[in-house]
Amino acid sequence: MTLAVNTVRTADVIERTVMIMKICITSEGKTLDSPVDPRFGRCRNFIFFDSETGNFEACENGNAQFQGGAGIQSGQLVASKGVKVVLTGNVGPNAHQVLSAAGISVFTGVSGTVKEAVEGYKNGKYKAAVVPSVGSKFGMPNK
Amino acid sequence: MIISVASGKGGTGKTTIAVNLALSLQNVQFLDCDVEEPNAHIFLKPKIYGQKKAVIPVPEIDQAKCNYCGKCREVCAYHAIAVVPASVEKKGSVLIFPHLCHGCGACSQLCPFGAIREVDKEIGIIETGEKDSMWFVHGRLNVGEAMSPPVIRQVKQYINSSKTVIIDAPPGTSCPVIAAVKGSDFCVLVTEPTPFGLNDLILAVEVLRKMAIPFGVVINRADIGDAKVEDYCEKENIPILMKIPFKKEIAVSYSEGIPIVEKDPSYRDKFNNLYLNINGLKNEANSHHKR
Ligand code: SF4
Ligand code: SF4
Repeated sequence: MTLAVNTVRTADVIERTVMIMKICITSEGKTLDSPVDPRFGRCRNFIFFDSETGNFEACENGNAQFQGGAGIQSGQLVASKGVKVVLTGNVGPNAHQVLSAAGISVFTGVSGTVKEAVEGYKNGKYKAAVVPSVGSKFGMPNK
Repeated sequence: MIISVASGKGGTGKTTIAVNLALSLQNVQFLDCDVEEPNAHIFLKPKIYGQKKAVIPVPEIDQAKCNYCGKCREVCAYHAIAVVPASVEKKGSVLIFPHLCHGCGACSQLCPFGAIREVDKEIGIIETGEKDSMWFVHGRLNVGEAMSPPVIRQVKQYINSSKTVIIDAPPGTSCPVIAAVKGSDFCVLVTEPTPFGLNDLILAVEVLRKMAIPFGVVINRADIGDAKVEDYCEKENIPILMKIPFKKEIAVSYSEGIPIVEKDPSYRDKFNNLYLNINGLKNEANSHHKR
């Protein structure tokens, strides 16, 4: 898996830090202006955003091309990063199970840019998904 | 001799060919390995006398011995395991996703702490029976299960090599097809003379060439499409074993669940010829091997 590290100060974007925590946003690109990727397990990139410092790290999702288990291994990856919150479009049942075992809250129905997603989260715009929002294999080509 | 009947795609008449070929020969064992949708029994109507569960061994974690090292997750080629490490506020956990597990045993063998044992999980059923003197075996994957290769392998454990074994393989070109066709002396590829038929035939040919199994083609509904399949076979030096024109009587007998050789015994000769063709090609392939 390739790990692209982009460290950018974005304190100007996020002025009021509510809680100190790591947020993971599924993203089509590698910047805060990239659109949110609506898929969790098969998203193109994960953006790990530190709400304390405003720093972020973009990480390509090598699990996206798995035949099976993309959601599980993406959940694993996110859990290993010490993330507390995931912002995404949809999450499948397997990924949801891993994320909740790791004590991570998942917020679905998120769209717009990564930056807007973080803002929206801070303003309490999204609801935590207590159940998976899609069935398995969502986001697989030809499905 | 083991003859498998396969097709790059569904709906080409693969089962019709397999069933009618089997009914035209003596001393036959029929294995329906299309375990996701077994349907040969509809035509053969065998008497079923044996039933057995098809199982795969899936891991079970002894949480007391596990220290969440993550080794099992690393070694699982099928991404069926997640290990959530322990943190200050939570104890760790190992999550197994049994529907992704292929029962390969890697995780239990490689766990450094002996924390994994294997438990049998039922994924389908194997049934054995008889149709007149023909031996019959088929497998059926349970609804919601995805791992057909283990069920196919369990069906194939019944192979009796003193008989002519006819295997009805699943359609397509993926793992289940390979599991079904593996070990065959010859493979019959059933196709249709249409662009889709040709496309899927080419994929199936690639697979068989890789597996080094001799094969030939049966063109079903040979008069409804174009000549591209035949041109392709000629170009690639692939023998055409049989051409079956589209006939209303075949379609009708299919819809009634009656094999055409039972309705019209003149078809027996045609399928016998198919067998002779196969036998000849198989012997030719063998002598090539020896030379
Ligand atoms: S390899 Fe064994 S000890 Fe390590 S996480 Fe897996 S089950 Fe636990
Ligand atoms: S048995 Fe094989 S496929 Fe199943 S979980 Fe263990 S390593 Fe993965």
